[in-house]
Amino acid sequence: MITNQLIKFIPEDNDCRDAAELPQDPEGPDSQPFVVGTMKTAANQQVPRIQGELKPEDHLGAFKVRWGIGRMNYDVTPGLYALGCPGPHSPVLVTANYKVSFDRLRSAYAGRNAWILVLDTDGINVWCAAGKNSFSTNELTYRLHDSALSDVVDHRRLILPQLSGPGISAWEVEKTTGFKVVYGPVRAEDLPRFMDRGMEATNAMRIKQFPLSERLALTPMECLPTLKWFIGILPFFLLLAGLIYPGRFSDNIASHGVTAALLLTAGMVTGTVLTPIFLPWLPGRSFAVKGGSAGIITGTFILLLSATQTSLSYSLTEGIGLLIIACGFSSYLGLNFTGSSPYTSFSGVKKEMKLAIPVQISAVLIGFILWISTGFGLIAS
Amino acid sequence: MTISLRYLANVSSLKLDAEKCSGCGLCLAVCPREVFVFKEGKAADNDPDACMECGACSRNCPTGAVTVTPGTGCAAALINSALGRRGKACCCSLERNRQTDSENCC
Repeated sequence: MITNQLIKFIPEDNDCRDAAELPQDPEGPDSQPFVVGTMKTAANQQVPRIQGELKPEDHLGAFKVRWGIGRMNYDVTPGLYALGCPGPHSPVLVTANYKVSFDRLRSAYAGRNAWILVLDTDGINVWCAAGKNSFSTNELTYRLHDSALSDVVDHRRLILPQLSGPGISAWEVEKTTGFKVVYGPVRAEDLPRFMDRGMEATNAMRIKQFPLSERLALTPMECLPTLKWFIGILPFFLLLAGLIYPGRFSDNIASHGVTAALLLTAGMVTGTVLTPIFLPWLPGRSFAVKGGSAGIITGTFILLLSATQTSLSYSLTEGIGLLIIACGFSSYLGLNFTGSSPYTSFSGVKKEMKLAIPVQISAVLIGFILWISTGFGLIAS
Repeated sequence: MTISLRYLANVSSLKLDAEKCSGCGLCLAVCPREVFVFKEGKAADNDPDACMECGACSRNCPTGAVTVTPGTGCAAALINSALGRRGKACCCSLERNRQTDSENCC
């Protein structure tokens, strides 16, 4: 089966007699599940052979990391890999050792031959690693020497993902190694077309978009870490509602307490899930404003819905208090999404935080005082 | 097509010194936000407000014509650094150790 899959990769001009050789080293990079064999390079070293087609476990792994499972150990052994059956003329594609990045690249380039040079970025994706300087000029230079690439290929050209730009100095790489850096497209999917155009990117290939599918994929990791502290807050409000409102403890929890829990949950879900999803359509450019205004909409909706339920009683001031707290939450959590969005700047976030954080803290405090005062009967409801 | 998203205006630390530009075009190639255009063989500001300060242009500029203070537009990272929590920054900080890593990673 493996042999059959490999045969279709072998072009006539490359010497791929070692194609069907199975992985040798049970401890080394050959033992990774996506390695289908090894091959000998012109530099006379054995490198792992991989194929472009992803298997169900690759898709499952990518799905799991989106939910925070195994996220910090989803990496590939750095070094040189042979995709298909590359020869001395084949292009060299450079990527990070985050397995999702690696999988995107090899599946985008499936059916073609290339050398894939995987840098050690500590299992982090290309853009973040470039920003943190682990996808760097130094690391690239080291990997070039370590893999003896100048003996493997007869050209002096590297294709790098465009988003590695913050960590790589193209002219410095060329000066110190002799290899010319060509920045490929933002998305790996565009790579075959980029190569077919003679390594010329279209404008669209150069722009980082933030489509709904990407925003949606980010929501679990916005929501799940927040749940950790949020779950601690709910019993506090339920208990407090039971104690401060007049009437029986358990009745208060079931009415005032549940209303409070619903509103707070609305604020949390709005900030971490709905704000990312509806980002382009929410008013303003500030993420705090987007999150806050989304909170007003969902909070009001939940209040109106609760008013139709006879079991959930709340007064006007109590409802307004809860709405203000919920908006404070959703605004703060919306602001937090700046870190996952691919278009916010450090200066911009700093500017909006200076204004937003004091407002958010005040909102939660004022809302809480309103709610608690209503409970104690200090404010006429 | 997605709606093109825009962040706050008039905040970017990006500066372009056209005098120093050699016209190599690397800044145009690396910018994911179409901040630059070519004008008379040199890089020119097209849309500086779209800049997200990733720093790719200045890192790749061989003549120092483009400068920007690079940084991550991440509220959690700013809060963590304000609270003095090192190694808990946003975007998968590298000072991490595998057991106690932050999961608030974007």
